[in-house]
Amino acid sequence: MKSKDIVVALAGNPNVGKSTVFNGLTGLNQHTGNWAGKTVSVAKGAYFYNDKKFILVDLPGTYSLLSNSIDEEVARDFICFEKPDVVIVVVDATCLERNLNLVLQIIEITSNVVVCVNLMDEARKKKIVVNLQKLSKILGVPVVGTSASIKEGLNQLMEAVDKMLVNNPKEVIKIKYDDNIEKEIKDIQKELTIIKNINARWLALRLLEGEDSFIKTFEKNESYKLLKCVKESQRRLRNVGIDKDEFRDKIVSGIVRRAENISEKVVIKNEKYYQRDYKIDKIITSKLFGIPLMMMLLGIIFYITIIGANVPSKILANILFQGEEYLSQIFERLNVPLWLHGMVVHGMYRTLAWVVSVMLPPMAIFFPLFTILEDLGYLPRVAFNLDKLFKKVSACGKQALTMCMGFGCNAAGVIGCRIINSPRERLIAIITNNFVPCNGRFPTLIAIITMFFVGVISSPLQPLFSAFLLTLIIILGVMMTLFVSKVLSKTILKGLPSNFVLELPPYRKPQIRRIIIRSILDRTLFVLGRAVIVAMPAGLIIWIMANVKISDVSLLTHFATFLNPFANLIGLDGYILMSFILGFPANEIVIPLIIMSYMSSSTMLELSSLAELKTLLIDNGWTWLTAICVMLFSLMHWPCGTTYLTIRKETQSWKWTLVSFLVPTIMGIISCFVVTSFVRLFGFL
Amino acid sequence: MEDIFPLSKLEINEKGIVKKINIEGEFRRRLLDLGLIPDTEVTVLQKSPFGDPVAYLIRGAVIALRREIVDKILVERVLV
Repeated sequence: MKSKDIVVALAGNPNVGKSTVFNGLTGLNQHTGNWAGKTVSVAKGAYFYNDKKFILVDLPGTYSLLSNSIDEEVARDFICFEKPDVVIVVVDATCLERNLNLVLQIIEITSNVVVCVNLMDEARKKKIVVNLQKLSKILGVPVVGTSASIKEGLNQLMEAVDKMLVNNPKEVIKIKYDDNIEKEIKDIQKELTIIKNINARWLALRLLEGEDSFIKTFEKNESYKLLKCVKESQRRLRNVGIDKDEFRDKIVSGIVRRAENISEKVVIKNEKYYQRDYKIDKIITSKLFGIPLMMMLLGIIFYITIIGANVPSKILANILFQGEEYLSQIFERLNVPLWLHGMVVHGMYRTLAWVVSVMLPPMAIFFPLFTILEDLGYLPRVAFNLDKLFKKVSACGKQALTMCMGFGCNAAGVIGCRIINSPRERLIAIITNNFVPCNGRFPTLIAIITMFFVGVISSPLQPLFSAFLLTLIIILGVMMTLFVSKVLSKTILKGLPSNFVLELPPYRKPQIRRIIIRSILDRTLFVLGRAVIVAMPAGLIIWIMANVKISDVSLLTHFATFLNPFANLIGLDGYILMSFILGFPANEIVIPLIIMSYMSSSTMLELSSLAELKTLLIDNGWTWLTAICVMLFSLMHWPCGTTYLTIRKETQSWKWTLVSFLVPTIMGIISCFVVTSFVRLFGFL
Repeated sequence: MEDIFPLSKLEINEKGIVKKINIEGEFRRRLLDLGLIPDTEVTVLQKSPFGDPVAYLIRGAVIALRREIVDKILVERVLV
């Protein structure tokens, strides 16, 4: 950051649309989810207003700055020590009272605050009226009403920030605490006159409270007189019955009561509209419907994904394989050497074509559907429904949230585990995240289910049955997650479940347009880009392996023959296992690689439908047992390359990264081995 | 006058006034931050499908808490 840039910090409770405000101001796309703690690292962006450049820093969402979680420390330290020119505090118009808590705490640190009352549109719908002028008058800082999702009020917000640069608020609200405490604050403030920049009253409060990090700083600076003064004040307070805990209680209570008092003055609530959410929750999380409804929703999403992907998949396959022919013709006309022709067209292009036609459509449909559930606020309800199970295995209920995030992408799920405070429970969540299949693995499961278990003949019931089977596989994944969590809590990650608070935020209307644009553009382009980067080289490797011969046998066959004995034990074959290994960079290339390796040794050159694909697989010895084992192994094996690197980064430990690699792999091998042995032993096949 | 008793004893739709929080340290702070300070009214909203955790209405926000926690929060019943 250059010194002349104006730094604006964006603070706020989780789930108040802070990231939407951030995106609205900077135009930088950053994901916003409807649950607590999603913005976990500090994102930066810039916007221009009045010919000035403003650097906007998105702080982690926090309820308070007084507890010592990582997020809160990050937010507090930034406001306190980085000294942003202005702090925008985003609050939820529909839940003002609780949000004011943070506003009051921040105003205690700095008076350069602009309060952004967001979600005004939601408030209007719920017939909640917030008197912004009155609020501004009470707080002594500017207040701007916004509806960031429809870009309402953002201009006024930028204007208020800009004005603050020349016109700092003078008379801001001050919270008065217990008389005894106020007296000691004054005493310590006298000793703090040398310290500029940091609000002395606030610092005095933190010192009285015994805030370690500040006391250590003063010890380092040898401010013994000050520290002695603090000790004496604390002693005097203890004498009137205010010990450390009582002091904290009084501070927090003082702020909460003030927030309550302000809220009573500026908000006109409409209780009736709050009831709506409670009524929905009474059904969605009820004993009778809670769990079945959850499974049904999952099933419906799969169903839409499966039927929705059918047609585009066929169209893409037609276009791309037609394209292969044209490409071949051009290569022939240009007299390109046969080996180069093979490498480029039959190796690289064909693998890419398979990834795009079979994998891309389900991914492009599943992702936005899942995001809609996320935006609605359904996922915290999943955590609420399943918490008891996670408690039983000594894990955190929020693990259900990170598990859900894994459906989109396991790497994202692993990053999401930051919302879990206990390090032990966080590791469990990271290690087990891979047991939910990510977006890149769904198409594999869908393709195999369609080919082997519901028949390739189209019937209206077929996708329904596919969705049902897929749901069963997910349930198996969740059961594995719970089982492995339990084993981990009893062995290498021993411990009791810790306390946590789960907020069930109000239901929100999903921003469908934004979701679709983001999914289609960002997500699909991302997958396409990755397909080019990963699938083409992998296709090239397969082609080279298939065409380089040692003693008349291709490298591919050598390698597959080498893997075969082990692969056979777990119901696979050498080619399949090799494809999983080569699929390490990205799961979506596993099926295409299996196809490529079979085709390289097969006479079949044209392949453009699942029915033909099934023939190819059966010709290569696939049975329903193979299909089951491929699905099991797809559900349970090592995390993909991206996830692996993310785990390393998040845990800062190669040991736990290795554990995260081994645990799902071993579970997959055991499961496949047990199923295969069982089927063979009892002669089902 | 009725004595104070754990929040976990309240039934769905019943209300209580928080009187004492028998939880120490960091997590106590977290609860206070949510506005769960003495004399705050809490409404029991909804049990999860397996009976635990339970969702409570605290100062306009819906918060789910596990059984072990609400056992240690003492309330006074509010007669509706």
